[in-house]
Amino acid sequence: MKKRWMAAAVAAALVFGLFGCGGEKKESKGQVKIFNWGEYIDEEVIELFEEETGIEVVYDTFETNEAMYPIIEAGGVSYDAICPSDYMIEKLIANDLLAEINFDNIPNVKYISEGIMEGSRTFDPENKYSVPYTFGTLGILYNTALIDDEIDSWEALWNEEYEGNILMYNSPRDLFVAPLEILGYSINTTDEAELLEAQELLLKQKPLLQRYVMDQIKDSMISGSASIAMCYSGEVLQLQGANQDLKYVVPKEGSNYFIDSWVIPANAENKENAEAWIDFLNRPDIALKNFEYITYSTPNTGAQELMDEELLKNPAVFPGEDVLSKCEVFHSLGAEGDELFNKLWLQLRDAQ
Amino acid sequence: MGKKSLAAPYIVWMAGFIVIPLLFVFYYGLTDKSGAFTLENLAAIASPEKVSALLRSLKLSVLSTAICLLLAYPLAMILKGLHVKKGSFVVFLFILPMWMNFLLRTMAWQTLLDRNGVINNVLAFFHLPGINIINTQAAIVFGMVYNFLPFMVLPIYNVLIKIGDDTVEAARDLGADGVQTFFRVIFPLSMPGIVSGITMVFVPALTTFVISDLLGGGMVLLIGNVIEQEFTFTANWNLGSGLSLVLMVFILISMVLFAKYDKDGEGAAV
Repeated sequence: MKKRWMAAAVAAALVFGLFGCGGEKKESKGQVKIFNWGEYIDEEVIELFEEETGIEVVYDTFETNEAMYPIIEAGGVSYDAICPSDYMIEKLIANDLLAEINFDNIPNVKYISEGIMEGSRTFDPENKYSVPYTFGTLGILYNTALIDDEIDSWEALWNEEYEGNILMYNSPRDLFVAPLEILGYSINTTDEAELLEAQELLLKQKPLLQRYVMDQIKDSMISGSASIAMCYSGEVLQLQGANQDLKYVVPKEGSNYFIDSWVIPANAENKENAEAWIDFLNRPDIALKNFEYITYSTPNTGAQELMDEELLKNPAVFPGEDVLSKCEVFHSLGAEGDELFNKLWLQLRDAQ
Repeated sequence: MGKKSLAAPYIVWMAGFIVIPLLFVFYYGLTDKSGAFTLENLAAIASPEKVSALLRSLKLSVLSTAICLLLAYPLAMILKGLHVKKGSFVVFLFILPMWMNFLLRTMAWQTLLDRNGVINNVLAFFHLPGINIINTQAAIVFGMVYNFLPFMVLPIYNVLIKIGDDTVEAARDLGADGVQTFFRVIFPLSMPGIVSGITMVFVPALTTFVISDLLGGGMVLLIGNVIEQEFTFTANWNLGSGLSLVLMVFILISMVLFAKYDKDGEGAAV
């Protein structure tokens, strides 16, 4: 019997040994640990930063805000700069997980457009904790080769002429933006009566839909097997590159807009290096280079000045102040709000 | 003693990847967020949209299990009739697609069945009417049958090839015709394979959420999707685990119903 337990112990030791060995590199002064979304930087920018400043970059990525949060909260790994979205920054601030940024070390912050700084104040009231990196809107993408009408309203997604050719997002918060905007309610409402009205609209819409999707929107819209869809602006340049008939519009009722910003966790070990990193990303030539790679709009006015006229006119890239002023940032709804959305969403999917 | 110690890796494996995760599911399923004991997560199944999703899952999985059985049994009989080498070659062909990832194969069907997809383009070329089943329950049943058919064929085939020719000849000698031989000798003897095949198709079909997402276009809600949402959107592990426990009950019931046919476990050969 003893032997059997020995074998188990050896196996266990091997398994745990694997975890035990990682990391624990000696801290050198010149390091900055970055935690960013996957595919959310031009990797040459990292090399340029290392060359110019001599600071070594340790770069990790995450998939979703929800996956990133517990890692920062647990505090087992300390990062120096992370790049979450608006509502998650709100949650990080509320839980005292962020450090105030010393803007003396980030002179390039002057390039960031005033409109976006103002938008940031909805989740970072005094602009103390975050430096905007990218932003975008939720809107309607449609194929002008298949749809002759000029589209400017969320109601187009309820147009019976497009029956079987409409795509909606497969995630409750994004999906509910359309009916809530039509009804004139806040996209952050947790009022059950308002949400039930929105659900009613979505139930009416379901028979007209082709399907609920996330990433498959790209294939379907490029190939023309769907003609109209909800879409985040960050995807649009890439899609238009593949199919020039695609047109993007932010509906007149208003919509969601998001801001992803750099923040510094409270337990950062290299805060000044993190500030140097953020400053570097806001140098106009670097911001432009990054934009060309990730295609999410940059709030950097310096970079905007270097861009082609054509790009600046594209509403997917630069929605303009009048559009943004109609848009709302998502706020965290708490567990109860999330559960309410989930229930309404399941009921909607269950309906035949 | 020496031989027994060889089992150690499997014990570690089973403890680590089966028993412990299962205990976690029980723990989360029977507690609330503060860790106190509760049966609410199990009772949550009673809400109308969850009941209806569960019934829909049961309907679609029973249907696809039945289709799999109807397709697999004749095929297994044909395979049994073939020369051993030929037979195993056909079985090999059957297993071959399983070398590719399940998700990729299902996504491929999404593209094939699409309204502007390959199949409809070919049909249109020959001026035949197109098929429009993508994003419906029919597409989900199709996906289940396609993905799980090998799990029905193999156990039945394994049992059938064990039935010796002499058994069949004996039946014939005693005056049974072909139909009688089949229904009174071959079919009863193949019961363990059928039972094992049914379990192996029914269980994954009942719990799937990927097939309904990809081929159902998110328009058809199955109980698997309900559970998935609890984990990925609301992050309510307790409720997700509770619903999984309810689903396990249905699986256990189906296994108990069939277990009496499979006393020897002969069919469990895959």
